Amino acid sequence: MFPNAPLFPERASAMAAEVDHLFFASLGIAAFFSLLIASFIVYLGTKYRRRSADEVGRPPRPESRATTVLEVTWSVVPLAILIGLFVWGARVYFAISRPPADATEFFVVGKQWMWKIQHPEGNREINELHVPIDRPIKLTMTSEDVIHSFFIPAFRIKQDVLPGRYTTLWFQADRPGTYHLFCAQYCGAEHSKMAGWVSVMEPHEYQAWLAGETGRRAPAASGADLFAAKACNTCHRPDTAARAPILAGLPGRPVRLQDGRTVIADDGYIRESILDPQARIVAGYQPIMPTFKDQLSEDDLIQLLTYIKSLRPPGDDPSPIAASAAPRASRRGARR
Amino acid sequence: MTGAHAETGAPPRTHYLNASYGIRSWLLTTDHKRIGILYLISVTFFFAIGGLMAVLIRLELATPQGDLFQADVYNRLFTMHGIMMIFFFLIPSIPAVLGNFLIPIMVGARDLAFPRLNLFSWYLFNLGGLFTIWALVHGGVDTGWTFYTPYSTTYANTHVIATALGIFIAGFSSILTGLNFVVTIHRMRAPGLTWFRLPLFVWSLYATSLIIILGTPVLAITLLLLAAERIVHVGIFDPALGGDPLLFQHLFWFYSHPAVYIMVLPAMGVVSEIVPAFARKKIFGYRFIAYASVALAVLSFLVWGHHMFVAGMSIYAATVFSALSMLVAVPSAVKVFNWTATLYQGSVSWETPMLYALGFIGLFTMGGLTGVMLATLGIDVHVHDTYFIIAHFHYIMVGGAIMGYLGGLHYWWPKITGKLYSRFWSRISAMVIFIGFNVTFFPQFILGYLGMPRRYHAYPPEFQVLNVMSSAGATILGVGYVIPLVYFIWSMRYGRDASSNPWGVVGLEWETTSPPPTENFETTPVVTRGPYEYPHRQEDPGAR
Repeated sequence: MFPNAPLFPERASAMAAEVDHLFFASLGIAAFFSLLIASFIVYLGTKYRRRSADEVGRPPRPESRATTVLEVTWSVVPLAILIGLFVWGARVYFAISRPPADATEFFVVGKQWMWKIQHPEGNREINELHVPIDRPIKLTMTSEDVIHSFFIPAFRIKQDVLPGRYTTLWFQADRPGTYHLFCAQYCGAEHSKMAGWVSVMEPHEYQAWLAGETGRRAPAASGADLFAAKACNTCHRPDTAARAPILAGLPGRPVRLQDGRTVIADDGYIRESILDPQARIVAGYQPIMPTFKDQLSEDDLIQLLTYIKSLRPPGDDPSPIAASAAPRASRRGARR
Repeated sequence: MTGAHAETGAPPRTHYLNASYGIRSWLLTTDHKRIGILYLISVTFFFAIGGLMAVLIRLELATPQGDLFQADVYNRLFTMHGIMMIFFFLIPSIPAVLGNFLIPIMVGARDLAFPRLNLFSWYLFNLGGLFTIWALVHGGVDTGWTFYTPYSTTYANTHVIATALGIFIAGFSSILTGLNFVVTIHRMRAPGLTWFRLPLFVWSLYATSLIIILGTPVLAITLLLLAAERIVHVGIFDPALGGDPLLFQHLFWFYSHPAVYIMVLPAMGVVSEIVPAFARKKIFGYRFIAYASVALAVLSFLVWGHHMFVAGMSIYAATVFSALSMLVAVPSAVKVFNWTATLYQGSVSWETPMLYALGFIGLFTMGGLTGVMLATLGIDVHVHDTYFIIAHFHYIMVGGAIMGYLGGLHYWWPKITGKLYSRFWSRISAMVIFIGFNVTFFPQFILGYLGMPRRYHAYPPEFQVLNVMSSAGATILGVGYVIPLVYFIWSMRYGRDASSNPWGVVGLEWETTSPPPTENFETTPVVTRGPYEYPHRQEDPGAR
């Protein structure tokens, strides 16, 4: 009827199909019960319609066992359906929320009113995201100001993007094309303009696209420069003069703190350790690190984070970046 | 009251409306019935403002380009629409208008427990409204009714504080009304009126009052913290100041989710009165409906996290909130099934209040079932913050709460004013509202699944057809709301006088005159039976 007015969204990932199946099942249940109630109302309302002004209803059954059985039935049957939906919904949600370990990491910084995106190869784009098909992509996202939300309807995924912390989103596109990208969390005057496109490309097209940008620099390489420029390497160094924990191999590992707690050194912890080093001190070290709050932009932090994550402890295959730009880790420190 | 009943009858010589005259007698009244009317005037006014905003929003959305208003004007419009409708119409509508009028009569009391506090609540409510309107007139507020931080504390440069103060003040009016109801229901029931002889309307308002008393202070605290951060930059919510933006969302929804039940439980109470009245039959499963009200009140406090599935909360917390949210559907379903079962072997009359009540059941069912879809984690990730949410909560709020409110108003109008309104026009209006509502909001479910985000001033062109449908439906809905305004006002002057029991139903409120005397009953009634004891039709063997 209206050629340009779709009634169902495009589907461009396997996850989207999972969500759609769940949606259709619950829609079926909703439609069934809505129609059931509506038909009962119309049927009973017509069959027992009042035929004379003073007519009254038939005597109600005394509250018998049959009544209780009925009440229990129409409580338990919905409950069983609800439990089923809950379990199915939670499974899909867990799959949406947990990126696979081999996902390629992209970075997203939201600000009023644009999305700044950086590829692992260093390419940068605004309000556009080019991705290769059939490869799991993980977005690590943060905001420079208010809360935003990264929403790609064709993948059926969405995640709020918060200032002061990292959130993640992942997908694996399976159909080439161009799809809407929206900001879904109200963020001020031009909220509805904070939108763009996700382009899913064949691998060779993607490589060509990547190569098209000149002057790009991989975030880990910029991070290495920054690491030196901010003199981080005067303390975080692999030799005996180290006055701070060795960073190679740290990300993702448990860290013992001075107060006896153990935390996982995830992105959020590393971020906090840079901006507010006194918050959680590693056991065995002095709280001597100065804060870098207000000295580093969100973008700088991402470069540093990528660099730190690219460092390999001795024994691992050295990553090319770590080999070229970072002081090599010569021996493992007394990190506890 | 058995058998024959008369629709019309001579009005009593004196009643609460003509007991005294003059503006002072209204502004200084402590009569719960007059205060109910004062609230009726106030909430109608706020509804008109909120409704006007809705009209302008739908007008803007008729085209994909943001061409009618500037983006920041549009943002102020939807913010004020939400604030007006939620805090100044839906929350007070049924409790403060119908509850105020009916609770003392339904429990056989002369007035609420604290009549002066009741009047004070009305003044507080209007004072809150005035602050909000002041903010509106001086440029409005653009944070959305949800006031999410750090936008509201650090980035918005509109009248956040004035609006928040307005809501803060109105909240106290709510708390005082809730307190008044709880004390009245506990302490002032007529002799013989045991808890299980109370009308279900009273049960539902009791449950509502508990939510109001326990939840509203949390909103007040949240708004104070917001003000503290905005004015003196105490770091509470803004990460730049060392705060946590999700803390605000937890606090806000800790009140604002239960607030959904503040809005819809009273409407359920109204429906629980109308359905047995117009089926002339004892309600099916009285105790189950009563317990379901209390269960909803309790569960409403445990599900706030379902507003935050994509907010950056732990996925395990989200899982727990999803499971708890599913449970809400059980007492809701119990109510719907019991109302429907009440029709069985009744004598069903399709009078206007019944049309609204049955409309409520249908629309609330759809709203509730789409709520189940939203509680399902895997679906919510996609449709969160889209028009699917907008459609869902309008099915609950407009299809549910407003249908209930209008049904109640039509049911008790002859009691409140002593006048009958046009049967023809009221039926027309009920149908126009039902159709207009569905045409407005059903397309929004489809828009939401397509991915159209909420609070968008401009949108991609492929969403236009559905948006035009929605805007067209809003026009029908708008007409549907104007018709009752006309015939209600008309009836006050030209309507025929109602008898004390024009519908031929049971209930304490129908045993006093229409309108009731100031003291409600000439002698304190003694209650000897349940609320829906209808005389039965003689058993005939050839039963239908």
